Order: sequence, then structure tokens, then C-alpha cells
Amino acid sequence: MSTSNRVIPDRLQSPLERRLKSWESLLLLVAIGIFIANSFATPYFLNAWNLSDATFNFTEKAMIAFAMALLIIAGEIDLSVASIIALASTAMGAAVQFGVDTPGLVLIGLMVGVICGAFNGVLVTGFGLPSIVVTIGTMSLFRGISYIVLGDQAFRGYPADFAFFGQGYVFWVISFELVLFALIAVIYGVLLHMTNFGRAVYAIGNNPTGALFSGIRVGRVKFILFVLTGLMSGVAAICLTSRLGSTRPSIAFGWELEIVTMVVLGGISILGGSGSIPGVVIAAFVMGLVTFGLGLLNVPGIVMSIVIGALLISVIALPELWSRWSR
Amino acid sequence: MRNLFKSREMLLVGAIVVLLIIISTRFPTFVAPSNLAHVFNDTSPLILLAIGQMIVILTKCIDLSVAANLALTGMVVAMINVVAPGVPVVVILFTAIGLGTLLGMFNGVLVWKLGIPPIVVTLGTMTIFRGLIFLLSDGKWVNSHEMSPAFKAFPRAEFLGLPTLSWIAILAVIVFTVVMTRTTLGRAFYAAGGNPHAATYAGIDVGKTQFWAFSISGALAGLTGYLWVSRYAVAYVDIAGGFELDVVAACVIGGVSIMGGIGSVGGALLGALFLGVIKNALPVVNISPFWQLAISGCAIIVAVALNAQANRAKGRIILKRAEHAP
Repeated sequence: MSTSNRVIPDRLQSPLERRLKSWESLLLLVAIGIFIANSFATPYFLNAWNLSDATFNFTEKAMIAFAMALLIIAGEIDLSVASIIALASTAMGAAVQFGVDTPGLVLIGLMVGVICGAFNGVLVTGFGLPSIVVTIGTMSLFRGISYIVLGDQAFRGYPADFAFFGQGYVFWVISFELVLFALIAVIYGVLLHMTNFGRAVYAIGNNPTGALFSGIRVGRVKFILFVLTGLMSGVAAICLTSRLGSTRPSIAFGWELEIVTMVVLGGISILGGSGSIPGVVIAAFVMGLVTFGLGLLNVPGIVMSIVIGALLISVIALPELWSRWSR
Repeated sequence: MRNLFKSREMLLVGAIVVLLIIISTRFPTFVAPSNLAHVFNDTSPLILLAIGQMIVILTKCIDLSVAANLALTGMVVAMINVVAPGVPVVVILFTAIGLGTLLGMFNGVLVWKLGIPPIVVTLGTMTIFRGLIFLLSDGKWVNSHEMSPAFKAFPRAEFLGLPTLSWIAILAVIVFTVVMTRTTLGRAFYAAGGNPHAATYAGIDVGKTQFWAFSISGALAGLTGYLWVSRYAVAYVDIAGGFELDVVAACVIGGVSIMGGIGSVGGALLGALFLGVIKNALPVVNISPFWQLAISGCAIIVAVALNAQANRAKGRIILKRAEHAP
């Protein structure tokens, strides 16, 4: 029974609205709970500068997570995002060696992101290949190019004003990255929830064939989503490179899985067709707070990954179990 | 359909042979039987995991936790060996297989009973397993000198000129070829992935079949965990980090369709060997090993494109044409 249900995603359609609303409020409760627990657990938590530092745990990943959310809603996935960061960062690092200035570096970072995203998009929509495998391939390819260029070396020597993107503050403790994160969240929120394009994304995720016959250009929408995801990876690459001040080929290694975790935690169905941007925003804060709080308590990063992994499985399993028991 | 399978595997055999011929023109020692045996032995862990992954992918699932399972099982048996060096290797071997199976079953139950998408389940268990290794070992390494000689000798012991590790891979290929082609369970894997609805009506419990696929993948990962740790004589948190993607890549290159229902043990074997030959050939032909990642990336993309062509013959051409219409 459960198997035949799983194949038909639009089973969730009508109760979904209600469940999603409660999903985000549930997630918000979790976030507040973690916040309170953290402030009791350590005296260093409730400090404006510490909290400001904590936002760097998730801002770069969340920028990509918004674009990834749209992609997953449309029924595709992009596992190559972290490798796009590596390639974009490598390209910027190489440009520095030729004396390119900051605006030029930003342009190069964004361009590489867009090109990589378009490459994925062409393979998936143009050739009709499954995105999960294509992006596992391009994940190796993009980072592979970084390794070919850099080997075990690193690029350094970024111009001083380039540091603003990852280290600059707009106002008091409000970092440039945090502002950018908020801006991108609003843009994606409007794009997904208030435009025709957003409706098309949901339609494609729920029923690609139906969407096609309703006059939605499925291929084109998906292609744009891949380009957007690439572009966001480029933006994240600029912020991360600027924050670290150097480029190694292993930069942002393993981020793709954390980003997917963030998206799924945000209530976006991995099967496509449902989810919302506010959910992803809260999920970003939850993950940032958990890692930061545990970090203040001297819990090693690898143990945090247990918490994140367990969180990922349980937030999906619990509603399922709950609905089964309440029946 | 049958012919396409055949041609795909022949294509891979051809690609591997051409690769070997090109290398041998400049470096004849590479194709010496002893070196080829070494390449095969080096690829054996990948072959074992690829067989398990192939079965999981056949049922429309994916198992991203194999490398973490391998590392966790490897660490556990290594620690057992440190605490009780007298435990015979046979017991260690069965402990590894047993623990690996349990971890695989955990994935399987979550997919079967709760209907959570496999990619989410195994993404989660992947990080959980890695974290557990850290909790168990306290981040410390188990080094060569702490392991008993018998523990380390097993995968290296030679039998008829090949190390045990290679023989285990060969045995697994034979056993699973028989299972996949000659048993009801084997056919159920194909049916569950090829057409879940039809499979349900034919009396196959799709969820349960997926559970068995995860169990088998887990068992093979556990077995490989012991072999890996004893062969390299070291166990730590990050062993085989990122190896799950190599395993998926081997399957895709071997013609296993990510949409389920298409694939064979022979394909997984050849896909793994293709990657193994490239990995071992790069240092020989004097190309920096840093090229390996990009090359396997290209191989995956080309392989998917070829797979898609095989799938296209199934006939959804009307839809495709409509999609491209202006």
C-alpha cells in the first residue's frame, strides 16, 4: 500500500497546505527551543558578536539552498553545487594572478557559476538525462578541473577590498553576508510564491506531463532553475573565497549534502511538488544554531553531523509515524 | 532490449581493452599478468560495493551510506581485534558481514516501513555512521602495530596466485550473477524497479524487496569494511571518504539505469574495472593523479548519455517530441 502511494506524489495535495503550515511553525518552535537551550547551556551564546559570527555557519549554504529548493520542488536535484564553488573560486584565484581587480573577480565568479549551471541544465533538459547522475558526474568534473589547476597548491593574494564580501559589516553586527542572505531569501520567496514562474515550478514537480500539456515549457523552466542554482553557487563562492582569503581545490567539500539536508529539513519534499521558502529560512537558522551551540559546548564537528543526520531522518519520519498513529 | 545489454557490456569490454592497448604501447609492463592481477585486487573493494549498489539502484533506490557503513564496520572489527587479538578471523569476518547487514537493514526498514525517500535516509545514515565512528574511536586511529598478524594477513593470503581479496570479489560476482538471474529474489529486484505497480500486482512486495536490496548492500559494505581495514592496516574516521560516489559512478558506467530495473552484475563489474584501470594507469603514464577526478566525471557523463539512449528505445518518443515543439 505504502509503495503505491509513494509513486503518486499528488496524494499529498490537499492536506499538504495544512501540514506545511504546521511544519513551518513546528520548525520555528524547534529553532526557538534550540535558541533557549543554547542560552542556558553557555554564557557565551547571548552575545551580539558571537551570534553574528554564528550566521556565517549557514549564510553561504542557505544562498544555494534557496535555488536548490526550487530545483527540488521541480523534481530535479543538483549535487554539483559545492564543486561549482570550487571551480568558481579557482577561476577567481587564477584571475588574481593576472591582476584582475575586485569587480572583475566578482564577474568571473558569477560567470563560472552560470556556465556550470547551464552545462548541467543542457545535459538534463537538452539530452533528457537524470539530474542526480549528471550532477554526480559534473561534481567530479568541476572539482576535478580545480584539482588539475591547483593540485596541492593554493591561490592567495586577493585584493584588500575583495575581503568585504565575506568579512564586511553593513551596520554594527549585521554582516554583508547576512544582508545578502536576507535579500536572496526575499527574492526567491517572491519568485516561488508570487509569480507565474513559481506556479510553473510547483506544477512541474507535481506532474511534469500535465504541466507540459498545460502549456508550461518544462525544459526551459528546468534549465533556468539549473542556471539559477549555478549563479547562487557563484555568489556563495565569492562570499566564501572572500571570507577565507584563499582557494584550495578542497574548498566547500561535502557542502552539497549539507545544502540538500537544509532544503529537506525546510519541509521541501524530495519527491518534488511541495515546500516553501520560509521553511528553508527557518531550517537554515536551525542548522546554524545547532552547529554554533554545540560548537560553544566544545562538541566536535563530526558529532554535530550525527545530530544533523538524526534531525534529517526524524523530521521526515515523525510526521509519517504521527499520521499513522492518529489514523 | 536484450541485445542492447549485450552491446553495452561489449562496449565496456572494448573500452577497457582499447585503454589497455593504448597504455601498453608505451608502458608494456602495465599489461603484464602480475600487474593486471594487482589492478584487479586494487579494484576488488569497488567491485564488491558496486554489486550491492547495483541491486539497490535496480529497485529504484540509492545507497549513499555504503562508504560510511564500510568505515564503521571496519572500525568496529579493528577495535575488536585490538581488545581481543585472539578472536579468529572467521569470527571477525562474520561479525563484519553481520554488522554491515544490520546497518543496511536499518536503511531498508526506514525505506520500507516509513516510506522515506532512499536518498534522504542514506544521506542521514551516512553522516550518522561517520559520527558513530568518531564516538566509538574517540577520533583516534587504529594503527598497523595494534592489529594482530592474522587479522592483517587474511586479505593478502595468496591462493592459486591471487590474494584472498581478489577471490572474494570473484566469488561475489559468481554468487550474485546466479542470484540475479536464477532466483525469484533476483527477478523480484528487476521487477520492483522496472515497474513497481506491475510488480505489486504480480504479488511482489516492492518495499520488502527494497529492504532486501539494502540488506545485501549493507552486508557487502560490512565485508568490504573488514577487508579494507585489514588490507591498508589502518582504521580511522575518514577511511573511504567520498567512496560512495565512486561506487555509484561504477554502476552508472556499467550501464545500470538510475531509474531502476536495468543493470547486471557483469555491468557493475566492468564499470568498477574501468574506473580501476584508469586509477591505476594514471601514475604509470605519468599523468598527475589530480586528473583522476575530472576523468571519472567525464566517464560518468558519457555513460549516462549512453544509458539514456538505451532507455529511449523503451518508447516515450511522443512526449519527447512534444517537449521540443515550439
